[in-house]
Amino acid sequence: MFNSYLENTLRYYKDKCINCKRCTEVCPHGVFVEGVANAELVHPTRCMECGACALNCPVQAIEVQSGVGCAWAMINAALRGKDMDSGECSCGGDTGSCCGELK
Amino acid sequence: MVASKSPCCSCSCEETIYPCNCELHTVDSTITIANRFDHFLARWGIKRMAHRVEPGLYQIGSPCIDSPVFASANYTLSFDALRSALAGFDAYILVLDTKGINVWCAAGKGTFGTDELVHRIETTGLGNIVKHRKIIVPQLGAPGISALEVNHRSGFRIEYGPVRARDLHEYLRTGKATSEMRTVNFSIYDRIVLTPIELMHISLSAIVVAIILWFLAGIVASLAAIVAVLAGTVLFPVILPFIPTKDFSMKGLILGIIVAIPFSITFASSRGLPGWVAVLGAVTPLLIIPAVISYLALNFTGSTTFTSRTGVKKEIFKYVPVMAAMAIFGSVICIFLGLCRVLGRI
Ligand code: SF4
Ligand code: SF4
Repeated sequence: MFNSYLENTLRYYKDKCINCKRCTEVCPHGVFVEGVANAELVHPTRCMECGACALNCPVQAIEVQSGVGCAWAMINAALRGKDMDSGECSCGGDTGSCCGELK
Repeated sequence: MVASKSPCCSCSCEETIYPCNCELHTVDSTITIANRFDHFLARWGIKRMAHRVEPGLYQIGSPCIDSPVFASANYTLSFDALRSALAGFDAYILVLDTKGINVWCAAGKGTFGTDELVHRIETTGLGNIVKHRKIIVPQLGAPGISALEVNHRSGFRIEYGPVRARDLHEYLRTGKATSEMRTVNFSIYDRIVLTPIELMHISLSAIVVAIILWFLAGIVASLAAIVAVLAGTVLFPVILPFIPTKDFSMKGLILGIIVAIPFSITFASSRGLPGWVAVLGAVTPLLIIPAVISYLALNFTGSTTFTSRTGVKKEIFKYVPVMAAMAIFGSVICIFLGLCRVLGRI
C-alpha cells in the first residue's frame, strides 16, 4: 500500500546473457547474482535504476531507464510544465537538495 | 596533503620506458587539519564549488610502471578518501574533472563518464607512464562508465573496485571484492553526514517563516516551524529506517503527526480562548507540520542510495496533492486566526 518501489524499469533478457558477471560486479544493491549459465535476477525491487548494469553489459541483456530519482528536480520540472524526466538534477549547485555527498 | 608537480616518469624505479612531457602531481596519504576543515565546509555546503582538486594524474608513494592506477573525482572528499586509503601503497591516481562533484553523483550525471575518462587517459599520457593496461574505477562510478567502450577507445581495461575506499587494502590483497564490499548501505553515519546540507538548504526560508509566524501567531507557532524543519531535515534522515512504511512521503507524514501532537495540545489547551479558536488552533499544526515534513522527506530521496526514479515519481503523484491540500488548508486557518488576533477579535 505505502510502497511505491515495487515496480521499476529494469528488464532482463536472460537468453542474451553471456555470463560475463559484470552486472553482479557493478550493481550496488545485489540485484543480480552469479548463476551457472547466466546471471540471475534475484532482487528486482531493490533496483534503484542507476543504470550501471545496462551500461556495462556487453550484450545489452539488461535494459533500464536510468535517471536520478531526485524529487526536487522532477517537481520543479512538472511545475514549469516540462517533462518530469527532463528535470536537471542540481546537485553540486547552490540550490536544490538533491544528491548527498557520498564518496 | 603535500602536492607538488614534477615532470612525469620521474618515478624512483629505474625502468622508465618512454619519455613524455605531461605533468604529474605528487601527493601523500596524510589528511591534514586543513583537509579536515575543508571536508567540514564541504559537508555543510559552504563554498560548495570550492572543494576541488586539479584534474590530472597524481602519484602517491613511489610508483613505477607496474603500479596500479585508480580513478577518482576531483571533489576533495572523494579524492582524500582514496589517497588516505592508499597509505603505504605506491600508486597512481587519475583524477577526472567532475566539476567538484563526488563520484556517485557525477556518474549519474555523466561527468564521471566514459568520455572524460578516455580524455584524461589521453591528456595525461597514462599509456606512457604505466606498462599495464588496467584502471581501477570505484564501483559507484559504474553508472557513468561503459567499461567496454573505454576499452575500445583507450585500450585500458576497467576493473571496478569496492564501493568504499576503506575496503581497498583488502581488495588489493585478495584481488576480489566481496558482495559486502559491492553493496551500498546507507548507514547511520552516512545519513548523519548528510543532515547539515539538508538543513542548510532550507535554513533561510525557515528563519523567514519563523519570524513571520512570530508576529502572526505568536512564539509557539514560530517554534513549531523551526521544530518542523529540524525534524524534516535532521531527525528524519537519522531515524529513516525505523519509521514504518516504505514511501518517504508516508514516513514523513507519520513523523509529522507525531511532531505536531504536542503543538496541537498546546493550542487546544491555551486558556481564555473561545472553543472554536482552540479547535482550529489544534487542527492547524496537524495539517501544516506533517505536510512540511512529508515534503522534506520526499526530497530526501534525492540524497539516498536506493530510491528509483520510477518509485519517486509515483510518490510525487500519490502524495504531493495531499501535502498541498493539507498545507493550503492549514495556512488558510492559520491566516484566518492570525487576522482575528491582529484585529483583536480573539
Ligand atoms: S553483464 Fe550482461 S552478459 Fe554479463 S552477466 Fe550480466 S547480463 Fe549477462
Ligand atoms: S540499474 Fe543499478 S541498481 Fe538496478 S540492477 Fe542495474 S546496477 Fe543494480
